[in-house]
Amino acid sequence: MKNKLSIVLSLFLVGFVSPLLANTIKWSMPGDSLTLDPHAQNEGPTHMVSRQVYEGLVTHDINMNIVPQLATSWEAVDPETWVFNLRDGVKFHDGSDLTAADVAFSINRARTAPSDMVDLIKSITSATALDDLTVEIKTEGPNPILLNQLVQIFVMSESWSKEMGCELSYNWDAGETSKCASAANGTGPFEITFREQDVRTVFERNQNWWGDQNQFNIDKIELLPIKNDATRIAALLSGEIDYTNVVPVQDLDRIGSSADHQISQVAQNRTIFFGMDQGSAELSSSNIKGKNPFADKRVRQAMYQALDMDAIKDKVMRGQSFPAGIITAPGVNGYTKAHDARLPYDPDAAKQLLADAGYPDGFEVTLDCPNDRYVNDEAICVAAIGMFAKIGVKVNLDAKTKSIHFQEVKEGDADGNPSDMYMLGWGVPTYDSHYVFSFLLESSGSWNKINFKNDRLDEITAAIGVETNIDTRNQLIAEGWDIIQDNIPYLPLHHQVVNQASKSNVDIHARINNEPLFYFANVN
Amino acid sequence: MLNYFLKRLFQASLVMLIVAFVSFSLFNFVGDPVNNMVGQEASDERREEIRDKLGINDPIYVQFYNFVENIIQGNFGISYQLKRPVSELISERMPATLELVFVSAILAISVGVLLGVYTGIHRDSFLSKVILVLSLAGVSLPTFIIGIMLIYLFSVILGVLPSFGRGQVIDLGFWTTGFLTISGLKALILPSVTLSLFQMTYIIRLVRAEMMEILQTDYIKFAKARGIAENIINYRYALKNGLIPVITITGINIGTLIAFSIITETVFQWPGMGSLFINAVYFVDIPIMSAYMIMVAFIFVMINFIVDITYYFIDPRIRLKEEKE
Repeated sequence: MKNKLSIVLSLFLVGFVSPLLANTIKWSMPGDSLTLDPHAQNEGPTHMVSRQVYEGLVTHDINMNIVPQLATSWEAVDPETWVFNLRDGVKFHDGSDLTAADVAFSINRARTAPSDMVDLIKSITSATALDDLTVEIKTEGPNPILLNQLVQIFVMSESWSKEMGCELSYNWDAGETSKCASAANGTGPFEITFREQDVRTVFERNQNWWGDQNQFNIDKIELLPIKNDATRIAALLSGEIDYTNVVPVQDLDRIGSSADHQISQVAQNRTIFFGMDQGSAELSSSNIKGKNPFADKRVRQAMYQALDMDAIKDKVMRGQSFPAGIITAPGVNGYTKAHDARLPYDPDAAKQLLADAGYPDGFEVTLDCPNDRYVNDEAICVAAIGMFAKIGVKVNLDAKTKSIHFQEVKEGDADGNPSDMYMLGWGVPTYDSHYVFSFLLESSGSWNKINFKNDRLDEITAAIGVETNIDTRNQLIAEGWDIIQDNIPYLPLHHQVVNQASKSNVDIHARINNEPLFYFANVN
Repeated sequence: MLNYFLKRLFQASLVMLIVAFVSFSLFNFVGDPVNNMVGQEASDERREEIRDKLGINDPIYVQFYNFVENIIQGNFGISYQLKRPVSELISERMPATLELVFVSAILAISVGVLLGVYTGIHRDSFLSKVILVLSLAGVSLPTFIIGIMLIYLFSVILGVLPSFGRGQVIDLGFWTTGFLTISGLKALILPSVTLSLFQMTYIIRLVRAEMMEILQTDYIKFAKARGIAENIINYRYALKNGLIPVITITGINIGTLIAFSIITETVFQWPGMGSLFINAVYFVDIPIMSAYMIMVAFIFVMINFIVDITYYFIDPRIRLKEEKE
């Protein structure tokens, strides 16, 4: 009888007391992680979920500096060989010890197709365990941004992965479901205890985590994706969720006026700009035949100075943007405030430049624009077209859904015509200018769809890909940006803003990649 | 009889083949899925390799043949984005949608018939006018707006009902149900009301019109003249006859409820087939999109087929016409 009573009592206590002591954060965003396999998708929300559970050799701290995580120190023993010393005593969620073999296994798994991380770390030629706590990584040629890349490479347990039958990331040919896609076993501050994709994922605090257990007081996170903006905000206001890292611009006032909620914001690691095909002999959508107006820098500058980005910020973005003079975001190595200052808005000067270039009556061109990718993307294009019209350039809008837009920018439209002018936004996951130069501006860059070609910039891009002396390298990057700013290959528009909202007592730092770090979060 | 049955079956298969072709053509016309499947830094060779593996590079007729063959075997392919078999994803999501549609249909029919009869009998009463005006709002306001309004009223302002999700569900192994928990039932209220509103209005107006028409007929007048009690006239003689068209139309409209549930599911983050479809559109996950289209078309075609067959038994005119031929 007494026993029964105590069981009932303890059930009662477990049922009632523990929820009071446990700090739970209910987190919502529009999408869910696509897979828990940390190498299968190189995609934002997927990494956001993995980051709470899995860890890398190094990581970004709350202010986006690179700091040690599973590695405690490292050195480049020669330009192509790096040695990492691992943290001692780290355990996976299943209780097994982290060893150098696990790290080597994970890096090799991530750089083997069908992993989606292959392209990010393609410079790595081998990863081997030298002893239990030392890993050697060899690269093809020197790779100065190896650390930036390793931030995205999560470490899995070799024995667990083999047990689950997912030694490799999901295999297309086999057509099977991967067990690593629905279960996780990392070393991170939280472990996943329940998961129903797109509905609910529960993370519980890893009491054995090696890191500082006192810097956060969250015991449990529930991820409840809500796709519809209005519903998500309603759920926040009604208290059904505590925090969302995606807040639509139009709801900021509504949340701000609630006494129980707060908003925090920061410039996002994504800059929006227009590209102009300046290398082709002729623009297919233009009335000017036989030559390409965009080939003339004066025309590009005229288009630039015709844009009143402050007006777009006020009217289109409701104040939620930072007008940009450079096509990369603050926080990226190479970004400077000086380069981010825009050329003045001056329609008269713009008209003069057009006249000097031989187009006193302007010309006609088509602007390709996505309508569901960036914040207010189509509205920005519409506003810009009105501004271009003021200097006599007639721009026709072709707005499409993102899947078609990006395909047309990348490969041309159905008739094979390349896009003459298009909107693009670029985030920099490595936080280094090399990523911008090599994709957008190097003459062989896979997203250099403006056909920009500058021999010196090509040299610089190649050089900063291998230069390991930080000072020399930063000088080269600065020279590169000088060339870019001087040539105006793209028309920078603005940096997007990250807005997140939470209950007033929930303290979660907004970061430029929109990724929450719950091991820095507190409920007061 | 057999002749009629085979004819309908042939028509149904033809419709399904056309739907299959339309959903197949999705694969060729809704943009490149590869861009959404790989990171922005993926090389052109890798994109090409994935296209090969997806079979996008095969000739169209080969692709269509493979497509139909797979569907007949119940294989809808692997989701591009979630990388799981589509048939598995759909069967996971189906209980949520069917429970929502079931509750909505019950709600639409019961409330619809009740209010329809009332407004049909008490044509000029004040309450009837209120009901009719409100029902007009029901047809003209988009489901999306109604859903958001209900959420703001019942979740944000009153705080009595959840704004999203299915609440706690119980897994019966082959079926997950929200009917067995309090939070599951509470979660059903707002979405099912939202989804049922359009059909409900429809039924109110239909029943009302039927009732008004029947109440004018000779046999009702005769019954009145004989002094039969009004309730018996209204419910036993008038309503019974008025329900026949309601039943057929409601049958067909259950298919519409399933299709309409896309919007309701998106507003309430209801984890059913509709929200799976919307997510798929967002990521250009073509296998899910095409499987969903085929599923919904199949449900429509099946319901129509069953209705046609029931007509044969109910309506002697069709039987006679068939026999003449």
